[in-house]
Amino acid sequence: MSNAIHVRDYIVKHYTPYDGDGSFLAGPTQRTKKLWAELSALLEQERNAPGRVLDADTRIISTITSHEPGYIDRELEQIVGLQTDKPLKRAIMPFGGLRTVEQALEEHGYHLDPEVKKIFRYRKTHNEAVFQVYTPEIRAARSSKLLTGLPDAYGRGRIIGDYRRVALYGVDFLIRQKERAKAQYDAGEMSEDLLRKREEISDQIIALEELKEMAAAYGFDISRPARDTREAIQWLYFAYLGAVKEQNGAAMSLGRVSTFLDIYAQRDLESGRFTEEDIQELVDHFIMKLRIVRFLRIKEYDELYAGDPVWITESLGGMCLDGRHMVTKMTFRFLQTLINLGPAPEPNLTVLWSRDLPENFKRFAADISIRTSAIQYENDDLMRMDLGDDYAIACCVSPMRVGRQMQFFGARANLAKCLLYAINGGVDERTGKQVGPSFAPITGEVLEFDEVWEKFRQMAGYLAGVYVKALYCIHYMHDKYDYERLEMALMDENMLRTTACGIAGLSVVADSLSAIKYAKVRPIRDERGIAVDFEIEGDFPKYGNNDDRVDSLACQVVSLFMDLLRRHIPYRGSVLTQSILTITSNVVYGKNTGTTPDGRAAGVPLAPGANPMHGRDVNGALASLLSVAKIPFQDAQDGISYTFSMCPSALGKGPEDRQRNLIALLDGYMGSSGQHLNVNVLDRETLLDAMDHPEKYPQLTIRVSGYAVNFIKLTREQQLDVISRTFHSAL
Amino acid sequence: MDRSLTGRIHSLESFGAVDGPGLRYVVFFQGCPLRCAFCHNPDSWDFSGGSEMGVEELVAKILPFRAFYREGGVTLSGGEPLAQPEFAAALLRRLKEEGLHTAVDTAGSVPLDRCRAAVDLADLLLLDIKALDAGLCRTITGQDGAGALALLEYCQKAGKPVWLRHVLVPGLTLDLTRLEELARFLAPYTCIQTMELLPFHQLGAHKWQQLGIPYTLADTKPPLPEEVEAARAVFRAAGMPVR
Repeated sequence: MSNAIHVRDYIVKHYTPYDGDGSFLAGPTQRTKKLWAELSALLEQERNAPGRVLDADTRIISTITSHEPGYIDRELEQIVGLQTDKPLKRAIMPFGGLRTVEQALEEHGYHLDPEVKKIFRYRKTHNEAVFQVYTPEIRAARSSKLLTGLPDAYGRGRIIGDYRRVALYGVDFLIRQKERAKAQYDAGEMSEDLLRKREEISDQIIALEELKEMAAAYGFDISRPARDTREAIQWLYFAYLGAVKEQNGAAMSLGRVSTFLDIYAQRDLESGRFTEEDIQELVDHFIMKLRIVRFLRIKEYDELYAGDPVWITESLGGMCLDGRHMVTKMTFRFLQTLINLGPAPEPNLTVLWSRDLPENFKRFAADISIRTSAIQYENDDLMRMDLGDDYAIACCVSPMRVGRQMQFFGARANLAKCLLYAINGGVDERTGKQVGPSFAPITGEVLEFDEVWEKFRQMAGYLAGVYVKALYCIHYMHDKYDYERLEMALMDENMLRTTACGIAGLSVVADSLSAIKYAKVRPIRDERGIAVDFEIEGDFPKYGNNDDRVDSLACQVVSLFMDLLRRHIPYRGSVLTQSILTITSNVVYGKNTGTTPDGRAAGVPLAPGANPMHGRDVNGALASLLSVAKIPFQDAQDGISYTFSMCPSALGKGPEDRQRNLIALLDGYMGSSGQHLNVNVLDRETLLDAMDHPEKYPQLTIRVSGYAVNFIKLTREQQLDVISRTFHSAL
Repeated sequence: MDRSLTGRIHSLESFGAVDGPGLRYVVFFQGCPLRCAFCHNPDSWDFSGGSEMGVEELVAKILPFRAFYREGGVTLSGGEPLAQPEFAAALLRRLKEEGLHTAVDTAGSVPLDRCRAAVDLADLLLLDIKALDAGLCRTITGQDGAGALALLEYCQKAGKPVWLRHVLVPGLTLDLTRLEELARFLAPYTCIQTMELLPFHQLGAHKWQQLGIPYTLADTKPPLPEEVEAARAVFRAAGMPVR
């Protein structure tokens, strides 16, 4: 279907690449300092509040127009709009699941208004619907934690509305486009698919009307396009705000907005409408708003994904298909907020790295990375080939074309546990229950590689099947009962959908297979015949040392599971992909997984993402980078997360050396086809001190698998896990 | 033919960020004739320790990382790399063939006529002068330090770039008079591209304990930042490129 919406073409035609350094940048204005001080005080109150929830609405179901306008300080704010009537007051969004909302409120000392409960006597939620259709097989895989974190009781997220459209076209134009699109879904015969599309587009139009209403309550008419930088940022933020009022999604990413916004800023600078200070102030205030987006969540969620993340990922830089880089002054301004306002985990600033980015920008980004540990890097040279030059990262590592692609988020399957099931004939090593199909368990005295691999292949085949089926149920019902009206309104009708599966425990599986292949592994079985421990005789190559003998096993496991997934039919004609990303859930996954044949004891955290197991990468930082870079992106197109932490002293002697070495590291890793790199430049001692004296480190930010957190907001267990991971510190 | 040579290697580091320009692969050689009181790698002294490795074996370990070394290279450190001169030379020759920048981190304790080939092959020397005064040098290292001075002289004549290193040890070398004397002596050497002052630290102390070697600096504190700054000022005043 033809579409008159061409944000990408508009950007390419009008943007001004910037090759200079950061010397043009402005510091915070007086207004910014004052506003940030007020907000910091609120944030401190929030940190000290029970369960770190400052306030929660218990009565009003959040919608785009549910709340009266709210302000931090109306006199100071240059960009306005809050999710509720007060900053940091969390809204309830029960369409994903009522019980989740109720539980989250109770856990923080609030009680859901009985009126809300009453409404849901008549209205079904996504969560109820999913559990109506789940099969016993899916339930078993879920409750044994073979599949974990599935979005069946919370918003799925990982959808990026093209929020730029509101600024560029104004809402009225978008509504007309949607009406035109709806008219085209009319045919000789009715079908479920056609009706669904007509219904969805109708809902999208209503959401757009509501968005106008929300903006009008703040005194803005967004029916027309934005005219200057202030309006462009404000319009775009309203669009995003509408989305986070409607959806409590796992990952509500922003997209790729900075270069788009720079077009307005450049125009206003040239005409004299705004000064650099004015523009930086608008950006700083916008970023402040993003820093206080909040969702109400249950404690169990917090254990999986720690630190209250929203994953407001903004993708910066990258290259244009015409050969120019896409770094603009606005790219610098976004990073500058980490200096003007100090470090913070949100928004999740992500640099799309290319070998061809301008040196000045590389140095600037490296400098800010070293100073704040708040930036992540993803390989534009790798992703641009498939995705063009207007894709953005959703959540942590998931690339998608803005406005033209979405994913059905699938959390992840625990492959380490799957390996144990293969050895134990589908019996859960912790509960003794038959969860997987009852294949004959392995009974030999010593594990034979060929036998284990064959059984693992079969068990992974079962897992892939039950996994894709579970996701089918979840997303069918999510579309039906918790549809993202506004985000979808800001996307094309004919979009590419992916079903994004994920795996956890890659390094444990690779090392286990390596131990079985290169050493002697004897299972120690309990009275039920379940292998609960393993005796390892001899040494074996370990993933993370650039040793092909084991790295190739890791690659085989990734490709195998992807092949197995592809044998199944996913929901809504989507394309199956997978990620190797755990976020902080590696701790919980480990807790639920018995002793593995690589010598990892029961309950010990798995390595995060595609990271090697703690302390096993003994050949230096680069060897572990090269091991991870081997994982084939074509079989893990939803991203391969690697978190890299090092002490400042290991990176070089002075600031310039450190910047240069970090650039060399990024160029080398990306040049070796690595997809994603989280960079932490921190001393272990700082983290240890922050554990004991959190009050001294309110803004200490650390990157964990794919996102960043306020270190002091992690649970003690997660803090210890972060600290125990290899810190590369050469002497 | 010299490619079949083997050397004794203490350890390898693919992410060397403090031993020469850029990111570098560092090959730590096993064995050192000196016994520096402040050595942080006393486990690299014994010539019979470490493990034996061949030139090609090492090169094969280095090459996978070359994407990271575009602005860096490879540094031979130790131990004393020039104490295995034939092996060092063979390795340097191979690395040169591969187009990698090379540096040798040495204290100059090996007579030049034994290691000239290796010195000539290196793109850069990281030369550690422990002390100018022969007596003090003997106290610190067990040798008089004449070799280091001769090597510096040779580099000056040969136009070989040098990063000169000097460790600041309170109570031994951290003495303004001595530092001024050293700065005066070094200033005329135009081959010195960088003067690196390395503050003494206690990070190697546990190795002495493990090895059961008496450690005389157990109570020595690392120099204060202002003491380091004062030392740097001395060399800057002498017109030297201090880092």
